[in-house]
Amino acid sequence: MKVLVCVKQTFDTEAKIELKDGKISDAGINLIINPYDEVAVEGAIQLKEKGIASEVVVVSAGSDKAMDAIRTALAMGADRGILIKQDTGADEYARAVAIAEVIRSEDPNLVLAGHVAADDGSSQVPTRIAEILGWPHINVITSLEIADGKVRCSSEADGGSQVTEVKLPAVISCQVSWNEPRYPSMKGIMQAKKKPVATVDAVAVENKTRIIEYFLPQAKQAGVKVEGEPEECAAKLADFIKNTAKIEVKA
Amino acid sequence: MDFRLTEEQEMMKRMAREFADNEIAPYAQEWDKNNIFPEETVKKMHELGLMTIGVPAEYGGPGLDHVAQNIVTEEIARGDAGIATTMAASTLLAADPVLIAGTHEQKKWFYGMQNEGAIAAFCLTEPEAGSDVANLSTRCIKDGDYYILNGTKQFISNGGVAQLYVVFATLDKKLGHKGICAFMVDRNTPGVSVGPKEDKLGIRSSNTTQVIFEDVRVPAKNLLGKEGEGFKIAMKTLDLSRASVAAMAVGVAQAAMEASIKYAKERKQFGKPIASFQAIQFMLADMAQYIHAARLLYLEASSRQDMGLPFTQIASLAKCFAGDVAMKVATDAVQIFGGYGYTKEYPVEKYFRDAKIMQIFEGTAQVQRLVIARDLLRD
Ligand SMILES: Cc1cc2nc3c(=O)[nH]c(=O)nc-3n(C[C@H](O)[C@H](O)[C@H](O)COP(=O)(O)OP(=O)(O)OC[C@H]3O[C@@H](n4cnc5c(N)ncnc54)[C@H](O)[C@@H]3O)c2cc1C
Repeated sequence: MKVLVCVKQTFDTEAKIELKDGKISDAGINLIINPYDEVAVEGAIQLKEKGIASEVVVVSAGSDKAMDAIRTALAMGADRGILIKQDTGADEYARAVAIAEVIRSEDPNLVLAGHVAADDGSSQVPTRIAEILGWPHINVITSLEIADGKVRCSSEADGGSQVTEVKLPAVISCQVSWNEPRYPSMKGIMQAKKKPVATVDAVAVENKTRIIEYFLPQAKQAGVKVEGEPEECAAKLADFIKNTAKIEVKA
Repeated sequence: MDFRLTEEQEMMKRMAREFADNEIAPYAQEWDKNNIFPEETVKKMHELGLMTIGVPAEYGGPGLDHVAQNIVTEEIARGDAGIATTMAASTLLAADPVLIAGTHEQKKWFYGMQNEGAIAAFCLTEPEAGSDVANLSTRCIKDGDYYILNGTKQFISNGGVAQLYVVFATLDKKLGHKGICAFMVDRNTPGVSVGPKEDKLGIRSSNTTQVIFEDVRVPAKNLLGKEGEGFKIAMKTLDLSRASVAAMAVGVAQAAMEASIKYAKERKQFGKPIASFQAIQFMLADMAQYIHAARLLYLEASSRQDMGLPFTQIASLAKCFAGDVAMKVATDAVQIFGGYGYTKEYPVEKYFRDAKIMQIFEGTAQVQRLVIARDLLRD
């Protein structure tokens, strides 16, 4: 069975986001493999270790920098990579179209991905891919089993969990709690360079969305400190609520 | 000249840093306080190939170059210098004599054991032979297909946890350094024993003991190089491993600087973060300069090793300077933390204690200066 894993290169989750000329600046930012995708890679490698998967292919769409994410996945134990060269301004639709095109030609039995990217958090690409391919899709999974051409997953549901089974091929997106991704080993890192990575151009499609503006969350304002005797404080607070915060108090 | 790391070196640095942040640093104070050798963590390091960074690819290891080995060593030491000592003493210091002088068969045996998880120790120092190692008195006597070893080794890193020892002994003290031989010794050989664990000032998570040899029969095929080549092998080994001790020292200094920066921003006095005081800023700025210079020195030494160029002098400069940098930076880190830095509540007093060893082992700061000056003054 062939497993294809979609990975995205994202900002380090501790990176300080800054805007430059109305765009998010990546100057001096540490790029990492999206932590959710790292879990998907780990899941795929475990399927291979269990003898269920025979090949693990990692796919990333983006600039040359996305090669790092692919190499990390190869160092963890994936077999080969495909870099889809695509403009960094591509939206979720264009990304999904490009990746689905590669999936069609690779023809895997299972597609895995993180359910969300730690940077833009849009949670759209795996679902869109499933839609384009017309494949079944299970989202935010926390466990996965494969038997008789089917995949059965537990996934998070509001306040609980649900078990879903679909036929393969399918697109599955995972939650971070599915597993604990391994560190790439020293040998894994040395071997990663020798593993094949193909580079393809993305199919040209127009974005369906346009980002109008980026802005940073407002800096937290310092709080107001009320000092004095309890009665004084209570009076000041009541005044603040009524006159400054303008909260209407209904009897 | 290109100062960039290769893709693999970058990945290894990142991996070692993440491992140190998640699996080492959070526990380092606990190991230090209770004198714990973190066996489980060392096992994890073995599984990831960190305990075999010195094993060449043709002997089943990852096949790192010296630059990569030492970058990894720096990152692990940034988490805890004790566990970095355990790693480097086993896969670099103790394995280097085999790398330098081992035959194919000897390498297969030694590296094979290391690949299986065996820890190694380098047994050179003796109670009466420290800086003056040529004065060692552990005896080796040829007896048929064996050598019989007798003597006591002092301050051996991994002494109590190693399965493999590389031991230096003399055929006859009268021969001076020309009588010294190097052997690979299996821990299970009858007559090998270890002394109690030293109760040390720093690097307390590393295991330091005496190793005692009493009528230990070592197969002659375990002799590294020829009879009398032991001293040369030891000196070449120390040449090679100096850059990794320098890397370790840089790791400690880096950790101390990072802790200082964080604290200086948080701690307020006179209504301001202490980081706003120029006196504190200057200490931080000095730390950054020293650390960067020390790092470049060990990288140059490592890179020359990889290129097959002479590196003895630069390795001594790196070891000596980086050891002093670690001590200076850790001292200033305690200063920046003030009274809190003097307590075990914060990590800097540990860095301060850990840093001191960098000026002592594998050639003291004085001995390094002797070597450097000798080279400068040579006619
Ligand atoms: C924690 C720890 C781990 C160690 N691990 C190992 C190991 O794995 N394997 C191993 O073989 N050894 C190991 N050592 C030993 C270490 O390398 C020696 O301690 C070191 O070489 C110094 O020797 P010494 O302690 O006998 O000091 P001495 O040689 O007695 O030195 C005492 C002082 O005199 C100075 N001095 C000596 N000679 C001169 C001179 N000619 N000119 C000027 N000053 C001089 C020294 O610099 C020092 O300040 C370890 C030591 C420690 C503490």
